[in-house]
Amino acid sequence: MPDNNDNLPETPRRSFFTAAIFGLGGIITAALGGLAGGYLLIPPKAKKKDGWITVGDLTHIPANKPAELVFQKTRVDGWKVTREKATAWILKKSDTEVIAFSPQCTHLGCAYHWEDGSNTFICPCHTSAFSPDGKVLSGPAPRALDRYDVKLDSGKLLLGEIRRSEQA
Amino acid sequence: MIPKVLNWLEERTGLVSGLHHALYEDIPASAGWHQVMGSVALFSFMTQVFTGIMLAMNYAPTATEAHTSLKYILTELTGGQLMRGLHHWGASMMVIIVVLHMIQVFVWGAYKKPREATWMVGVVLLLITMVFGLTGYLLPWDNRAYWGTVVTTQIAGQAPVLGPYIQQLMGASNGVGALTFTRFYSVHVMILPLLMVLLIMLHVYLVRRHGVAPAADDNKPKKKFFPEQVFKDTVAIFIAFCILFALAIFAKVPLGRLADPTDTAYIPRPEWYFLFLFQTLKYFEGPLEIVGSLVLPNLALVVLLLVPFIDRGPAIKTAKRTYAMVVVLLCTLGWSALTMAALRNAPTNAGDEISLEAPEPWQELPPDQLAGIGVFRKEGCVQCHSAGKQPFKTAREMDWVTDHIKEKHVGPSPENQLRILASFSRKASDDAIKNMTAAAQLPVEGAIFYQVNQCGICHEINGVGMKTGPKLNGVIVRRTREWLTGHFIDPQKYSPGTPMPAYKFSPNDMERMLAYLTSLPE
Repeated sequence: MPDNNDNLPETPRRSFFTAAIFGLGGIITAALGGLAGGYLLIPPKAKKKDGWITVGDLTHIPANKPAELVFQKTRVDGWKVTREKATAWILKKSDTEVIAFSPQCTHLGCAYHWEDGSNTFICPCHTSAFSPDGKVLSGPAPRALDRYDVKLDSGKLLLGEIRRSEQA
Repeated sequence: MIPKVLNWLEERTGLVSGLHHALYEDIPASAGWHQVMGSVALFSFMTQVFTGIMLAMNYAPTATEAHTSLKYILTELTGGQLMRGLHHWGASMMVIIVVLHMIQVFVWGAYKKPREATWMVGVVLLLITMVFGLTGYLLPWDNRAYWGTVVTTQIAGQAPVLGPYIQQLMGASNGVGALTFTRFYSVHVMILPLLMVLLIMLHVYLVRRHGVAPAADDNKPKKKFFPEQVFKDTVAIFIAFCILFALAIFAKVPLGRLADPTDTAYIPRPEWYFLFLFQTLKYFEGPLEIVGSLVLPNLALVVLLLVPFIDRGPAIKTAKRTYAMVVVLLCTLGWSALTMAALRNAPTNAGDEISLEAPEPWQELPPDQLAGIGVFRKEGCVQCHSAGKQPFKTAREMDWVTDHIKEKHVGPSPENQLRILASFSRKASDDAIKNMTAAAQLPVEGAIFYQVNQCGICHEINGVGMKTGPKLNGVIVRRTREWLTGHFIDPQKYSPGTPMPAYKFSPNDMERMLAYLTSLPE
């Protein structure tokens, strides 16, 4: 341990100096720390989103059999705004009722696919299986497949935001 | 619990006694407020490191993306402008503090035996601080950065024998470009910080080795560094920090237009602390230019480095060192006079600054929608179709709408503009209807003009139009107004081989068109 002979007795003058050093140092640290926190953690001001994206004609999609649709969407990635391909798994129940699943497994985000034989969506990463309407049948997936907001406009399918599913 | 942890830490690392040793260093009784600048300089460097890392977290260090990513930091991130302000003004502040520190050391005679090496390391630290400023200047990649660096690399190229090699090292053999940018960036964020930290350690080690220099007549017993001197250092640091924070908040740092090597109108200037060199250069012409650009600055640096060997007398008292005091006074006066002379002739580079405000919703409307708003206003449609009265948007057939407009219109619009209105009445978006009154008049008139001239056949604005020609969002950042005006009138002169036809717009129409292009979000 340090040699304590150097430690002078605690006088009010010393206490004041020490308190001021920590106080002023604390203010500087708090100001820079707070700024850095806001700068790194508060999401950037929202850029204009795509809104509803028309992804295709519903008439070409078979009923009651999941089909993968590929479409273009705008991705805002930091300072970059790019057009990129996106996919959705579509289940047309009728001409007026359609479900569109986000293409990522709810376990750890792998891309899953449809298997005709077993009539299930299978995720190849950790073998989660989902029913045609997105419910978890087996595997580690914690919840049903997430869904896009869906709108139909005279036979055209429009997709909106992806909503996190709550059910298992 | 805490003593136990400290005991363990001390036993395994010796850090506790190390810190104790550092804090309870003996310092002269005469040490005081005049010796705070070294600590403030160190703090200033640490702030630069911190804000620099923060900026790097959201900055794309390539010539193609640097400007866009910096704009993103400034316009979209919380505290982005403040963070950049701290880094920008922090650089200036660091130069000032290092120079004040050197002046104090000089006046107190603290560079004399045995502290010559401490002084010389200090001079190298000043040099590194300046190179930090020089390399950081390029990183926003705007016109200011680009043209300033063009001049810097040209000067470096003048060096006898070594010139071409220095330019090669700077990545500027073929002019300033992507390679120069990357070289400057890596020097700025990798080489300089490492060098700086190593030399600061050496500098502080030397200060400790020889002890803080006492005043001339200080024979009193020594005192401890902690807490009184640490308190004084902290107060000085706090004042410096408050000034820096206030500057970052109130003195906004502009961002210029994207670096444009074809911009012949831009007048480059270096950062203020290099203005004395810039001004010196003006007094040497022709073959003597190298004297102003390289010989004198390097000579000054060598003299500064060798100060302890030039002034070897043992006297410390200022009264006994008249010559030394006169020299420091003359240097300060000379530096100030050169800087002032350069500032007096500072160019404004009007119109180079880009807007850091977020675009208004109307600025993001496609051209047909904004033009529709324009004709709607001109024709006084608002008399019947304002809020709460007849809805404006209609699903009726085009023929009906055309007839209706022809029948009701009161304004001077020619037929082609009425067609814009007819189409708009059937396709008006919710955003357009919401912004009928918000849109600024001159850009709106420009949008009508854009539609009438069918510019959208080749160009794209806000995601609408063809891509045969360049996209017009951001064109005002890439080009000057003069360039755009000239290009409308004689496109071949500005872009040889371009399929763009010449447009002899009237001055008013040109003004409208430029106002519209200026209003577009990047």
